[in-house]
Amino acid sequence: MAQTLLTAEDLDRTYMRLAHQFVEPFDDLDTLAIIGMQTRGVDIARRIHDIIKERFSVDLPLGVLDTTFYRDDFRTKMRMPSVQITDIPFDLFGKDLILVDDVLYTGRTVRSAMDALMSFGRPASVRFCCMVDRGHRELPVTADYVGIYVPTHLNEEIRVLTKEQDGREAVLVVTKEEESGT
Amino acid sequence: MTEPRDASYVFPHRHLLGLKDYSKEDILHVLDQTDNFLEILNRPIPKIPTLRDKTIVNLFYENSTRTRISFEMAQKRMGADVVNFSSSASSVSKGESLKDTIRNIESMKIDMVVVRHPSPGTPHFISRCVDAAILNAGDGAHEHPTQALLDMFSMRQRLGRLAGLKVVIIGDITHSRVVRSNIIGLTRVGAEVVLCGPRTMMPLFVEEMGVRVSYNLEECLEWCDVAMALRIQMERQEGALFPSTREYHERFGIKKRHLREFPNFAIMHPGPINRGVELESEVADHPRAIILNQVTNGLAVRMAALYLLSGGKRG
Repeated sequence: MAQTLLTAEDLDRTYMRLAHQFVEPFDDLDTLAIIGMQTRGVDIARRIHDIIKERFSVDLPLGVLDTTFYRDDFRTKMRMPSVQITDIPFDLFGKDLILVDDVLYTGRTVRSAMDALMSFGRPASVRFCCMVDRGHRELPVTADYVGIYVPTHLNEEIRVLTKEQDGREAVLVVTKEEESGT
Repeated sequence: MTEPRDASYVFPHRHLLGLKDYSKEDILHVLDQTDNFLEILNRPIPKIPTLRDKTIVNLFYENSTRTRISFEMAQKRMGADVVNFSSSASSVSKGESLKDTIRNIESMKIDMVVVRHPSPGTPHFISRCVDAAILNAGDGAHEHPTQALLDMFSMRQRLGRLAGLKVVIIGDITHSRVVRSNIIGLTRVGAEVVLCGPRTMMPLFVEEMGVRVSYNLEECLEWCDVAMALRIQMERQEGALFPSTREYHERFGIKKRHLREFPNFAIMHPGPINRGVELESEVADHPRAIILNQVTNGLAVRMAALYLLSGGKRG
């Protein structure tokens, strides 16, 4: 059974808030850049990027990062996950980066993203934004910007739906046992 | 360039022994993944830690420069530990059998073996002896799958598609493992293949692999999108399969005037080039030649293949 945490309407407001939070600490936005993590982080990053463009008339550099190569969990699996596109079309040197992902859970993906980023150059700073923080961290990682905090059980799954991937926007929580039990 | 494919697709292979075992989907999956590895090579720090817990042996029973360097560089770019073995500097010269050599090496806990050997089927034999993932880097005149994959990748990169592509392969068809892998791969992804070369170098019944044969170079060049010239293997020419390299060049070499007469085809060559034999020197250096792209792409293709076959724990 899927329960809706945020509707498309709620998300409009959340995206708007995150966009304002992104630009808030900066007098000028010359050094700010956004990087979305594959797959859904990319859509979320683009959504926030577009709001900033519309509201503040600034076209921030936008990159796409795939962290597969830096993950520590695939070694135990027999099948290798497919690699997705990484595209960072700007120089990271001196940039204030905001890394965007859909769900913050164990913290392992963020750790691998930091490793990946450092092979592109030396940014001035890196901040992290996630749409949902669901707890259960396994590494000392925290997000700077959070769409919504949701305490979860381990058997629950958080799904952030985006227009590009799912045709509509929403945040759902799905209980896994009920889903497989039918 | 990469069209989306079935999301439920799972790469099913443990080895890359030959393209014969790979379906159209498998081949296209490797090529799609290669795009992402090419991007790594352009990063300021072109190195990833993905294979840092893997040990790979490069087992070369036959001379090789570019394939061996390409594999080794791919392995090092991905952080693997690499051991190189060449038959001249080993106990092979003391008479050790292949099986004993490979089992001894495996006792040192290796994860992958890249093998080149003059006897066809050697990689298949090794895959039955040991538990590691095996990559064929050329076995006799049988297959050379990573070369064919990089050729197909280079064609798709230059011309934007593989389905319906018209490819002519020119030269010593009989002795070429590159041709065999290319025919299998290209026909599987829907390209049309014509073979062209002296009759003495054209195997009988080759049409059964789904290709056509021509003995007229001009006709082929007019028809094709890609002309792939093969190296004339001087070391295998004791049988005098053609009268002289000059005569070969006269009839089957791609010359400057061909570029003028037939303005469309792209030029490929697996290297090393005999300038003035398969290709006139100006042809090899022409912008329509994608020979050096082939070398760069070879690195990315081998990274993709190593990555896809590195899954799981063994032994």
